Amino acid sequence: MRRTGLEAVLVPLGAVGATLALFGAFVTAAGQNPFSVYYEMYRGAFGTWFSFQNTLLRASPLMLTALCTALPARLGLIVIGGEGALVLGGLAAAVAGAHLSADSPLFGSGLMLLAAAVVGGLWIALSITLRAYRGVNETISSLLLAYIGIALLNHFVEGPLKDPASLNKPSTRPIPDALMIGSLPGLDVHYGLAFGVVFSVVAWVLMTKTTFGFASSVVGGNVRAARLAGLPVERLMVLAGFLGGAAAGLAGGVEVAAVHGAANASLVAGYGYAGILVAFLARHDPLAIVPVAILLGGINASGGLLQRVFGLPDATVSVLQGLLFVAILASESLYGRLRFFQRSERKAATSKLAVA
Amino acid sequence: MPFSSPVRLGRVLESPWKLLTSAAAALALLSCQKAPPAETTGAASAAASASPAAAAPSGLTVGFIYVGPKDDYGYNQAHAEGAKAVSSIAGVKIREEENVPETVAVQKTMESMINLDGAKLLFPTSFGYFDPHILKLAEKYPDVTFLHCGGLYTEGKHPKNVGSYFGYIDEAEYVAGIVAGLTTKTKKLGFIAAKPIPQVLRNINSYELGARSVNPAVQTIVIFTGDWSMPVKEAEAANSLVDQGADVLTAHVDSPKVVIETAERRGVFSTGYHASQAALAPKGYLTGAEWNWEKVYSQYIQKVLKGEKWDHLVRGGFKEGFIKMSPYGAPVSEDAKKKADDAKAKFLDGTLVVYQGPMKDNTGKEIIPAGTSHPQTDIALESMNYLVEGVSGKVN
Repeated sequence: MRRTGLEAVLVPLGAVGATLALFGAFVTAAGQNPFSVYYEMYRGAFGTWFSFQNTLLRASPLMLTALCTALPARLGLIVIGGEGALVLGGLAAAVAGAHLSADSPLFGSGLMLLAAAVVGGLWIALSITLRAYRGVNETISSLLLAYIGIALLNHFVEGPLKDPASLNKPSTRPIPDALMIGSLPGLDVHYGLAFGVVFSVVAWVLMTKTTFGFASSVVGGNVRAARLAGLPVERLMVLAGFLGGAAAGLAGGVEVAAVHGAANASLVAGYGYAGILVAFLARHDPLAIVPVAILLGGINASGGLLQRVFGLPDATVSVLQGLLFVAILASESLYGRLRFFQRSERKAATSKLAVA
Repeated sequence: MPFSSPVRLGRVLESPWKLLTSAAAALALLSCQKAPPAETTGAASAAASASPAAAAPSGLTVGFIYVGPKDDYGYNQAHAEGAKAVSSIAGVKIREEENVPETVAVQKTMESMINLDGAKLLFPTSFGYFDPHILKLAEKYPDVTFLHCGGLYTEGKHPKNVGSYFGYIDEAEYVAGIVAGLTTKTKKLGFIAAKPIPQVLRNINSYELGARSVNPAVQTIVIFTGDWSMPVKEAEAANSLVDQGADVLTAHVDSPKVVIETAERRGVFSTGYHASQAALAPKGYLTGAEWNWEKVYSQYIQKVLKGEKWDHLVRGGFKEGFIKMSPYGAPVSEDAKKKADDAKAKFLDGTLVVYQGPMKDNTGKEIIPAGTSHPQTDIALESMNYLVEGVSGKVN
């Protein structure tokens, strides 16, 4: 079913509207006025320049981790282990950064991020290789590999790669200040945002305008047909997994190079899992990932105000995200039925007229 | 107040959105003079500073930030109890935010408290908030005071508007160890810990040393879960320790809730940590090592209110009132109470030194030679990397 015109706009908007209504009811039940809650949320997410930058900052890693789920999804693969690629990417960036000289910062930072992307890519490619050549379910294996990735991070950070000076917060040796990547010019948002937007656009071009993208959607549509057409199904899958993992690994590299300055347990912040939500809400369309990530970033950015102004629990924003997720997924089933809905409405209108 | 400095006024002018919203809020404020909580924040407080009548002249807004839920029966609850206690000080208004991860999220929360709530004093309480998050924001907002829990401040290296405080809570673990050592029948204590870092090792060692000071045969079995909040692993570890024969359990994780509940369900005793978990285990809860942040926070806030100089590095144990014990539970014998109270009295008058030679680690290596002693304030204890004799477990 092609989703065009009014339908493609109205159905998601309807889902968002339904979410807002449900969440409003929830907030009312919690004893608050839903309209003032929505006003504060708007203010906390988009209403001021500070809050909008806050939103963009929170959206940046989500764009990259969402690609980790969205790219393989084009080939019918459900990858939910972006968190593992992210933390190992961060670790790789920290290790590379600590060994690079600060003489040419641009080259050094670039190499750090490249290391992060390659390691993250290999991690997801491993999961996909198991799927393509050994029939291991990639959803399960990528999730389990995420736990292993986090365990490896902890092992290296608390063991062989520990900076002896980091006593109670075990970390790798700090990367030189010169290799830290700063904020985007004129913004209080780090370069992760630029990477997120650029990579989403590149992924969209790759998936819609190239032979690779076409072959990928053939694999996603029907693996047998793809094989009959002589497509290298396994290699395509592994490559898509590598690209997705590279995006998540890059997110980890940015966390290290722009925020933490070293790898430690703070890297495990759930960006990988939040990215799954973004990818599904964007229906795995790389371009849609950007606005969806900004929407979720905004919800997260406004969470603090909800706590501080209304005394609502932190879980409130999770409730909103959950409702949004369910509503968007449920609305998928409405495509093509909108017409039926309109017809029945017309019928209802005529019967009302008849009564009158 | 929030926009009194030229820098921030510039930020307002820079942003048409902010200007619009503050204008709107100013109108709203004019039309309705009562002040619901929403108006104390954000654009509304910009309006408040524009109309002098609405501004409280000597008020202090204090922000508290927690890494987990503030009702976790643990680390965060201990801080939230301190925050609640200081909220009654005249002129002090508190703002709290829970579940803030150690990422850019905490930077933005701090900044939001400064910009939108007008906070002049912040207590970001998680250890991992310090570097780089607090350090970065402290440089950006030199007129805001950042006080961090963890004792990480270094003179000359860190910004002047940063302070750090911590408590010698292993004194309380020593006392809890005495109670545990006199209550156990199997002579095995179970300790569930997050990571083998100096702070945690010191608590484990003091617990065992306390127990052994009254009952030399007592052994403490340690299980490390690997992270600060792993409820499932903590429950598994608790069950495993009970299966191994431990009949008193304790924990050093963010929230000991699961461990204490599991102990109660398995019919063994427990001692608490961070905050009181007595309500979770009415039958088996013996006592617990608790923080008393109320004392620390009110000290700091009084000084800031009066405009006095505060110390960049503040530490204390029983004597300074930074820590306290949970009230003794029903199963604690009179003998145990007396010996525990005696030890506490010695900490209060400074005559009890926990770490003195000769002392061996649990591999038989001598770690403190005879004649050497490390009092609480000794910096050598802050890089502890061993488990003492009598503890069964491995640092790495």
